[in-house]
Amino acid sequence: MRKRSNSFKVLPSEITPYRHYLSRRSLIAGGLSLVAAHGMGGFARRAFGQAAALTYVRNSAYSVTEPPNSYQDISTYNNYYEFGTDKSDPSKNAQKFRTRPWNVSISGEAEVTGTFALEDILKPHPLEERVYRLRCVEAWSMVVPWIGFPLGDLLKRFKPTSNAKFVEFTTLYDPQQMPGQRVPVLGWPYVEGLRMDEAMHPLTLMAVGLYGKVLPNQNGAPLRLIVPWKYGFKGIKAIVSIKFTQRAPRTTWAGAASNEYGFFANVNPEVDHPRWSQATERHIGANAFGPRRPTLPFNGYAAQVAGLYAGMDLRKYY
Amino acid sequence: MPPVSRALKPLVFAACLIPALRLGVGALNAVEVWHIGGISLGADPVKVMLHTCGRWTLNFLMITLCMTPLREITHWSLWLRLRRMFGLFALFYASLHFSVYLLLDQGGKLAALWQDISKRPYITIGMLALLLLIPLGLTSTAKAQRRLGKRWIRLHRLVYLIAALGVWHFWWQVKKDIREPLLYVCGLSLLLGYRLWKHRQSLARLSVARPARTDGA
Repeated sequence: MRKRSNSFKVLPSEITPYRHYLSRRSLIAGGLSLVAAHGMGGFARRAFGQAAALTYVRNSAYSVTEPPNSYQDISTYNNYYEFGTDKSDPSKNAQKFRTRPWNVSISGEAEVTGTFALEDILKPHPLEERVYRLRCVEAWSMVVPWIGFPLGDLLKRFKPTSNAKFVEFTTLYDPQQMPGQRVPVLGWPYVEGLRMDEAMHPLTLMAVGLYGKVLPNQNGAPLRLIVPWKYGFKGIKAIVSIKFTQRAPRTTWAGAASNEYGFFANVNPEVDHPRWSQATERHIGANAFGPRRPTLPFNGYAAQVAGLYAGMDLRKYY
Repeated sequence: MPPVSRALKPLVFAACLIPALRLGVGALNAVEVWHIGGISLGADPVKVMLHTCGRWTLNFLMITLCMTPLREITHWSLWLRLRRMFGLFALFYASLHFSVYLLLDQGGKLAALWQDISKRPYITIGMLALLLLIPLGLTSTAKAQRRLGKRWIRLHRLVYLIAALGVWHFWWQVKKDIREPLLYVCGLSLLLGYRLWKHRQSLARLSVARPARTDGA
């Protein structure tokens, strides 16, 4: 089902000149037009021009056909409280964030544990592009062309034991670099988690890029999680730790307001947030003043993932 | 009227319109009618319009409530001449806030509006605050003030309740970062606290001037 290229590199030495990237990309992606480049503001154009290009293959089977949001929208409208609580804060405050050197600690119920350099984490995994819907718990949505690889392929390398029922992820804690962490808006560091079967699901992605280029810092560089059928806050950013656990991790938003944010956080138009409706969403993008769209169960991925929750009361396990 | 204060009102009026004008230009930029540099409402212009109008409603309520204390502290009567205008701007931005919510956010669907009002407490109290603000706007003319006499003052004391409801409405809809609504809580507490303090002072003066009444009135 997944197409893979034989070669993959994210090392700085592999940076492709922009025009080569363009020509190669047009070959690979079959001439996917650069919708992103159109209508970009000065900031995004600069940022887009600077980011290093990645080698990847487009995975059409796992991509939606809706047009993706512009690079400008995706890289300036971010919920990333480590860099400020306003949507425009991360794109301003994350520019100097250092994503190299970067280590990821692997621990818990697995045979292979330890601290790994990011390069070693990424090395064996060919990259693919997946255009996913993103639905925020705040009732807005986007379509994003992520570059990444299936989380399951990464997790298998560490040989989780039969005790591993959940996976817990942690964001870097570095108030020096992350000014938002100097304010106790949330319990830092940010923690997220998945049940093992959710983590192993082929839709669950470890993302390292966006629009064919290295992930901008404000979007969670160097390594972030994407779970397209869940609310966006499950997509933990700047991951420094992956832990296999027996019990469900205590996730940050559930800890902050457990009546509003659950562990599962599956997109569900029928279970409202206590303070606002989840039945519809405002789609960010060209048609900014257009009507709200109906929100789809599991964000439109019900056919692939509803089976994971068979027999569960989704009102109780929201 | 000296020329300075005659020029003041139109100047202040124009300044009060700036946030709305910025939003208007930003909205036209967003739908690509115009491209006026420097004014962008970002990726989610509806939300920016909604929140900006909401914030300016609260700002103007606070500014309005500052006028009496400022006059008493500075002894300039100029402040009171601006009070009505600021109060009406609060109503203006509240109406814009509501219109953006109903027309742009909810697509003009009255059923959705009703569902929100009945189901979501923060919208219920926001709506209540707007409804209470309307009669204050309608009775803001000098004529209405004369006609209502003492009842006018009593009616317009509703502004304290309206401001409290407005701040509560803001507090209740933020996701987690309550710093900004907290600022409004502090501002409002200060403004209401000042009035309470003044009231107690005048009561004390009254009891010195006259022997205490025992009928409890």
